[in-house]
Amino acid sequence: MSIDTTTELQHAVEDAAAHLYVWALKDIPQDLRDALKDAAARETSIPGRRVLNTILRNVEVADADGNLVCQDTGIAVYTCHVGEYFPLHPARIYEALRDGTARATIEHPLRSNAVHTITRENTGPNIGHRLPIVHWEFVQDWDGLDVKCVPKGSGSENMSFLKMCTPADGVKGIKQFVLESIVGAGGKPCPPGIVGVGIGGSADYAMYLAKEAITRPIGTRNSDPLVAQLEDELMGLLNETGIGPMGLGGDVTVLNCHIEHADTHMTLNPVAVNYQCWAARRATAHIAADGTVDFDREA
Amino acid sequence: MATHEVTFPISDPQEILKLRAGDEVTVQGHIIGIRDRTQIRIFDQGVEPPMDLRGAFLLHTAPGVRKLGEGKYEKVCIGTTTSARMVRFTEPLGTQYGVRAICGKGGFPDEAIEPMHKLGMVYFAIVGGAAALETTQIEEIEEVAWEELMPECLWKFRVKDFGPLTVGIDAHGNSLYHDVQAAAQEKLKELYARL
Repeated sequence: MSIDTTTELQHAVEDAAAHLYVWALKDIPQDLRDALKDAAARETSIPGRRVLNTILRNVEVADADGNLVCQDTGIAVYTCHVGEYFPLHPARIYEALRDGTARATIEHPLRSNAVHTITRENTGPNIGHRLPIVHWEFVQDWDGLDVKCVPKGSGSENMSFLKMCTPADGVKGIKQFVLESIVGAGGKPCPPGIVGVGIGGSADYAMYLAKEAITRPIGTRNSDPLVAQLEDELMGLLNETGIGPMGLGGDVTVLNCHIEHADTHMTLNPVAVNYQCWAARRATAHIAADGTVDFDREA
Repeated sequence: MATHEVTFPISDPQEILKLRAGDEVTVQGHIIGIRDRTQIRIFDQGVEPPMDLRGAFLLHTAPGVRKLGEGKYEKVCIGTTTSARMVRFTEPLGTQYGVRAICGKGGFPDEAIEPMHKLGMVYFAIVGGAAALETTQIEEIEEVAWEELMPECLWKFRVKDFGPLTVGIDAHGNSLYHDVQAAAQEKLKELYARL
């Protein structure tokens, strides 16, 4: 492939990233809209209903005004599935995602949240050292690229928790830790949202998996039936805690619970919790090898 | 649970005493946007804020704005941030500056209950993330100070029908957050026993 063609492809990825970031912030997926409506219909507490009805009104206003659903433009997180024959190297895909993020921030304009972690000085248009954050998966026998943009707000990201349970703690230890984490978080992560849980692997990988879990369409289930059963059970337990919408008390504490897992060492039992707020924003671009882009709100 | 309409800044402290945890409130008038770095500057670095905070309603925010000219901004998207990080400023805001209401999302921990009781202050819970709606209720950005802290400046907004807010902590020593958390901790014991 010629230099001109790879440059064009890099521009196509950059354009897609710039579009995805703004689109994700404005137009939340249908599965999320449905989950929020269901929540409003089943909530019985007065403050809880007030919160959920305000959320539904807010989504309508964002649609009508073309405005952002939430002001927190987050840190831009992308998950990339790269086909082995996709003709642009991941180093250039990263550059394109970074440039697209910056361009969207300047052109819209979007609030710039990125700061140096020690000086706290703003580093510019939502990019910086190791920002944006990209999760990579590589796919054999394929020449495409899927990019999912998940702008991650800080209110929910601050409610992230890791525990290295012991093997003797078992699955019960995992359940207890998820429950105590979500009760302890109270209203801070903007409930009701998606509780992402990563189990197994290592300490860092468990948290990576928890983040992967919150990027899934709401209510999708892990392909391993044992894990899927745990997702259902935890979702039920979490909704019995009474924390409720925005922590003001009620029946709906979470919209769902998603779990991703990895096999682990015989002496490890890591569990990580990553919370995604009710404004669980995500948007995807399917990019073909020839640079054509198909945008997808529901993936 | 009653509903109220309150105009800020307030001069009559009785207005605050009418509000009870769980009540619904809509706000009119002027409110002040403030955030972590703004309050660090006031209290940790000892810099006097260049706005009058007496009787004020403070909103925990860092707005998305578009610059129009020198010191002039128009709203793009204005929402509210997590309050708990800023709880330690509650008492000095009340005693030194006469602030009457703090509004944010996610609530204040129990350490805010006593100063709010003693000083006649309330905490209003807004719906976090509902920024598109909140933006429509802010009519104008009238003033901005400390622009170098962008977006964590000191902002003065004129609002209309700002809400609905829920009284999370009232001036009588009641906190919805305390009550919900206490009940949830009890519930956890029951849930753990079932695992």
